[in-house]
Order: sequence, then structure tokens, then C-alpha cells
Amino acid sequence: MSGYSKEEVIGKNGRAFQGPGTSRRSIIEIQEAIQEERTIQTILLNYRKDGTPIWMLFHMSPVFSKEDGRVIHFVAVQVPMSRKPRRSGSGPGRDEVCEDGCRSRDIVFGSCRREVCSDSVLELERLLAFESLFDSDNRDDEEPREASDQEKRRAAAAVNNILSLLTHYSELTGKLVCEKRCTLSGIGLLGASLIISLGRIKQSFVLTDPHLPEMPIVYASDAFLKLTGYARHEVLGCQCMFLSGVDTDPSTLSQVKESIRTEQACTVRILNYRKDRSSFWNLLHISPVRNASGKIAYSVWVQMEEGCGYQDAQGLSPEMRQRSAVGAVKVAVRSSSMGAGPSKS
Amino acid sequence: MLTIKRVPTVVSNYQEDASESFGCGRNCIGHCCLPVSKLPLYKFKKNVKDSSEARVEVSSEGQPPAAFLDNLLLGQWEDRMSRGLFRYDVTLCETRIIPGNYGFIAQLNEGRHMKKRPTEFRVDQVLQPFDENKFNFTKIGQEEVLFRFEQSNDNNAHYFPVSPVTADSNSSSVVAINVSPIEYGHVLLIPHVLDCLPQRIDHDSFLLALHMAKEAADPFFRLGYNSLGAFATINHLHFQAYYLMAPFPVEKAPTERIIRRGKLPNSGVMISKMLNYPVQGFVFEGGNSMQDLSDTVANSCIFLQNNNIPYNVLISDCGGRIFLFPQCFAEKQALGDVSQELLDTLVNPAVWEISGHMVLKRREDYENASEEYVWRLLAEVSLSEERFQEVKGYVLEAAGLQEADMEEIQENERDREEDFNKPPTPRATPTFA
Repeated sequence: MSGYSKEEVIGKNGRAFQGPGTSRRSIIEIQEAIQEERTIQTILLNYRKDGTPIWMLFHMSPVFSKEDGRVIHFVAVQVPMSRKPRRSGSGPGRDEVCEDGCRSRDIVFGSCRREVCSDSVLELERLLAFESLFDSDNRDDEEPREASDQEKRRAAAAVNNILSLLTHYSELTGKLVCEKRCTLSGIGLLGASLIISLGRIKQSFVLTDPHLPEMPIVYASDAFLKLTGYARHEVLGCQCMFLSGVDTDPSTLSQVKESIRTEQACTVRILNYRKDRSSFWNLLHISPVRNASGKIAYSVWVQMEEGCGYQDAQGLSPEMRQRSAVGAVKVAVRSSSMGAGPSKS
Repeated sequence: MLTIKRVPTVVSNYQEDASESFGCGRNCIGHCCLPVSKLPLYKFKKNVKDSSEARVEVSSEGQPPAAFLDNLLLGQWEDRMSRGLFRYDVTLCETRIIPGNYGFIAQLNEGRHMKKRPTEFRVDQVLQPFDENKFNFTKIGQEEVLFRFEQSNDNNAHYFPVSPVTADSNSSSVVAINVSPIEYGHVLLIPHVLDCLPQRIDHDSFLLALHMAKEAADPFFRLGYNSLGAFATINHLHFQAYYLMAPFPVEKAPTERIIRRGKLPNSGVMISKMLNYPVQGFVFEGGNSMQDLSDTVANSCIFLQNNNIPYNVLISDCGGRIFLFPQCFAEKQALGDVSQELLDTLVNPAVWEISGHMVLKRREDYENASEEYVWRLLAEVSLSEERFQEVKGYVLEAAGLQEADMEEIQENERDREEDFNKPPTPRATPTFA
């Protein structure tokens, strides 16, 4: 779309693509969004290598580190806009998608931070692929125009795609990213009052976020840490299956994922591994947990080590204790999210 | 148009399995089946030294210890949820705290209104005899019962996961699920279920309810009672309870002691009245023992029901604070004295509503719910000022005040309240059931 090659783009900042007709106001809007670390969608006039102008719907979103809530990247998607709104020429594949590869993460990251500090428009990611199928007569003039709904939707969809991919790849480095800022560092998206309520529950359990592809752990009880031998910071942000090991039955994992996907509770017997690599049979019970809006907020995973002689002195069975942990978590999550303000969620 | 997902339910009153056909074959908890049942049994400890033990003990980490009964209730309730025994999934119901000074809680619950058991008796009489032909709790299936709840013979609590009913515990009390729950963990405490007591408070049953509050040891687990005429729907003695991890507005309201210091009744119970709350009522606290507190409140309740005054009771703070609200909404409604706009929201102000938890049936009411609306609705619950003063006198007397104290209090009240221009009404001798 831009006429530049990959090599020519990496490392450059956004100004390289601007020109005489680029609206100063758009630039300021984008700069403000960067400073405030939020999403923006605006119209931008950029220039190709050959100097011809092209109107784009510019959609930019911040990407936060799950660990500490800092902005790591800005993802910017450009959707070329057709000259006439109804023109079928605004066809497929016009989006320029950017993707980060792990290898160059540090380099890209480095330039990101510098660019952010220096307050200019960023073009961060390496251009991986783009399709230059524009019609020959799709030359733009410099008159301002409006983006169509379809273009806006495409931009949003592209950003979501990128974020999913980013999240997925960030698993490899263990440094999770997310679209929204985490409220408390190291603890993910949970509010303080919920954490306190959860702290009263004595059983081993974790909460995972079922909305992200790898279902990362957002809370772990003390009993869980004791059972598995991990420290809290080693566990938070990890994907939910991380206790699995070489002899864990993959079909059990699939069964769990399927239950979560269909919003069902399930109980499985699964081979898990502690930090010291010793294994244990885990009677694992998983249930969806809804918040005050009635929507699923988390999955709760309650662990019970098999053969631990868990019948306590007064006779509450292991299954009942697991269920009581689920109940306590459900009460805590539902109650703590009631005070969110307006009724429309 | 329902917006909540229906949870498939198991028909609870029939068991198809004929391999063990005890009792009437339906596995209910009537005379036929309960004595041969093997429900779990929780025995609470016998002696509670004084009502200050009703406070939750705080461990060195500053957190209350996990109470066994708490775990049992939650675990059993979650188990019944997974078995589909409820008429709807209450965790699907949206709920929020209404912005304002009091933080009234609103919930959108279409299912409860549609699926709740209908009221089968007249609502203008607080005392009505038990009718075994109408719905009562002996007819529920055993799978709806979480455990039996009785007093132990020693100073320890005991739990038996499987416990045959013995001859001497034939008068067993049970805790069952409320199949149309208001919140997670909504249960019913049914004292001496086989005695088929009508919905009226007596000393023994009220003490049982206090024990349950204390044993659960969770300030977010409250018990409530509705008399007939105050929106109880089943004329079989029962209390309700559920979990809500937020303060109830009524618990936050200021109160004013209405007995002067140094003139406490022999029981040591302190009585206050609600201030700056839409519903007028009493708060009972303290007492030399749990029994004293229980009996004091029970006496007042018995007076009210004998005089055909509907009322609601909230047991909060693990049994440490008990609220009593005489009410007259049903009467006003029958006389056409409640605005249609309020009636259209279909809220019957029972104990939970009076405490500040509003269960709304229509989405527009839920989204528009404001502190002002709640206040207006609840204000219709209170007796008139005159009538309340009259009732207050009787309630205090029923609570065991000496006559001299009564006169002093009323003199104080007269000084304080400008529009109290009636002389003290003659005190009839209350009759206790």
C-alpha cells in the first residue's frame, strides 16, 4: 500500500509517511492518544513512496504488559479508504497488518520506547505482509473524507486479530500482554476487595480468565502455591495448563478446554507436576464464575490431591470441600462486582 | 420475554428409583419418609456463654476462621446447583448497588416472579392455622434438604454425613434450598418440620435461628423472617437465609437507643430505633446471654402477631443484631393507598427489601432504580407515626421493661418529638402464646 519495502520501513517513525496534506489536527489527536495510552480511530492522509497521497482510516490501540500494566506497544492498523463510499473497489485484502515476531522484539521494543518518549507518531511493527491490490485509478486527492462503517469494522477486526496473535506469541516469552490495563501490578485484573475476599478461602484453587485464548491465571490461593511449590509471581499470568507435564493425558486437557468453552462445570482426574517436577494425581473441579452482570468473568479451578486423606475430623468429604470453594468464589466474585456503577455493562 | 437462561430442573417430588422404597415412595420429608431418612446432620454446640460470643472470632491474621457450617452450606448449595434443582440460575441475574448514600442493592430477576410458589392463604391475618392440604415443607423432596440442624448434647459441634433419624430426634429441624433463590446460597431453616407449625414465631424456633446465624459465623450470611401479612408465602414455619458480601443498607443506618442507660431490663438487651431510614423499626442487641436476646425479640414478635400486626425480622451480624419491622404495606395496598407506579414494579416489601435488597422483575425498573424510588417504596411499609408509637410502647413492654421505665421513656419522647400530642395509651396486658 505504501510502496515501501520492509527494510525501508522498520525503524522509521511515522513522520516518514506524512506529507504536506497531512492534517496537523490528526497528528495531534494521535499524539494525545499515545500520551493517554488509549485507543484512537481517525482519518489520516499519508503519502506513498512515489509521493502520491492515500487516505487511510488509522486505528491504533495500546498493548499493555500483563505483569505491570505498562504500555509495551502501540498497534496501528491502516485501512485504505475508497474515494467513493459505495465503490466495490474497496475490496478485500487492503488492510496492512503488522505483526511482531519474537526475534526482533527487543529491537522493536527499544525503538518503541524511544519513540513514545519523543512524542511522535509511531509505526512500530515490522511489516509482515500486505497486499497491494489497489486499482490503478484509486489515486486520492487531498480532500478530506469520511470513513465508512465497513472500513471502521475492518480496522477494528484487524486490530483484534493482531492482539490475539500478539497474546499468543507472547506466551512464548512468558510475558503476557493484554488490551486493557491491569489494575494491580502482578495480580492481573482483580480488584483489591475481591482479592481480600478470595484470601479467606482455604482450599487450593486458581482463577483463570477464559476470554483470552490461553486462559491465563489471574489469581492463585496460598493453598495452591503450597500444593505446587510455586511462588505467586511464577504462577500469575501463566496459561492454565501449566501444571501439565510429560505424562499428562492430552485428552483430559481437551476435555477441560471443551467444558470451559461450553460454559459447563467439569471434574477430571489429571496428572500434574509440581515445581520440583514431582507428580501427583489431581482431582480437578472446574466451574464458570459469573460476576454481577451475569456474564462469565472467570473459571475457577479447585485442586484436590488424591490420596491425601482429606476427610477432615468433622467429616466433610473432598468433593464437598471442593464445591464449597466454588461456592465461596462465586459469592465473592458476584458481590465484589456489584458496585460497578451504571447498570448497562 | 425471559432474558435468563433456563436451567433444566429435576422434578423433585418423585423418585423413579424403586429399589429402596421406604416411606411413601416419594422420598419427601413428611412423617412417612423423614424418620427413615439418612440425611446429613449438623449438631450445633449447646452452650453459648453470652451473646458476645456471637461476634466472629478474629484470628491473628486478622481474618475470621473458615467456619465448618459455612463450608457445608456453600458446598451443598453448589452441589444442588450442579444437579439442576433450582428453578433458574440466580448467578445469571444482574445485580448492582444503586448509587446514593445508602447503597441499596437492586437485582433483575424475572424468574423468581414467574416461578415462585404462589401464596395460598389470606393476607390480612397474621395468625392462621396450619393447613396440610396446602403446600408445606413436608412435601419437598429430600434432595432439596441440605442437612438436619439440631442441638448437640455437649459443648461441641458435630457433623454426620449420613445419619439415620433416631426416636429422640423425631422433632428434627432441617435446612433446605430455596428453589427460587434471591441470591447464592438462599436456604430455608424449617424448625421441627414434622410438627407442622404455622408461620408464627415461638421462643424455641427463634433461638434455633439465632444459633444458625452464630454457627455460620459469617457476617454476610443473614437470616430473615416474614410473618403472614408481611409477605410470607407459605404458612409453615420457616426462616430464610442467604449470602451477600456487601453491607445491607439497614445495617448502615443510624439508630438511637430508646432505653436510658442504667435502666436496662433484666435481660441486658439493648433496644434502639431506626433513624433516618425509610422504614421505622427496632434493633435488639446485647443481652446477658443468647437466650436472653432471643427471648426478648421473640416476646415482641409474639405480641405483634397476637395483635394482628404483620412484621418482618432480620438477624444480622452473626446473630448479634436483630431488626424488627412492624409493617402495614399489604393493608395499604388493599385500601388502594399505594401509588400505582409503585405497585407496577411488583415489589412486595418483605424482609430483604426492607433491609435494602430490591428484587425487581422488569428490566426498566432495574435500570431506572434509584435511591429515591427505593425510599418511596419502603416508606409505604411503615406504620403511621401514631400507630408506631402505640406499637412501640407494647413492643417495649413485651421486651420486659418495667413500668417506671416506660413512663420515663415516654416523657423523654414527648420532649423530643413535637407532634406527639397524645397521652400515653393505656397498656393492655400482652398475652403470650
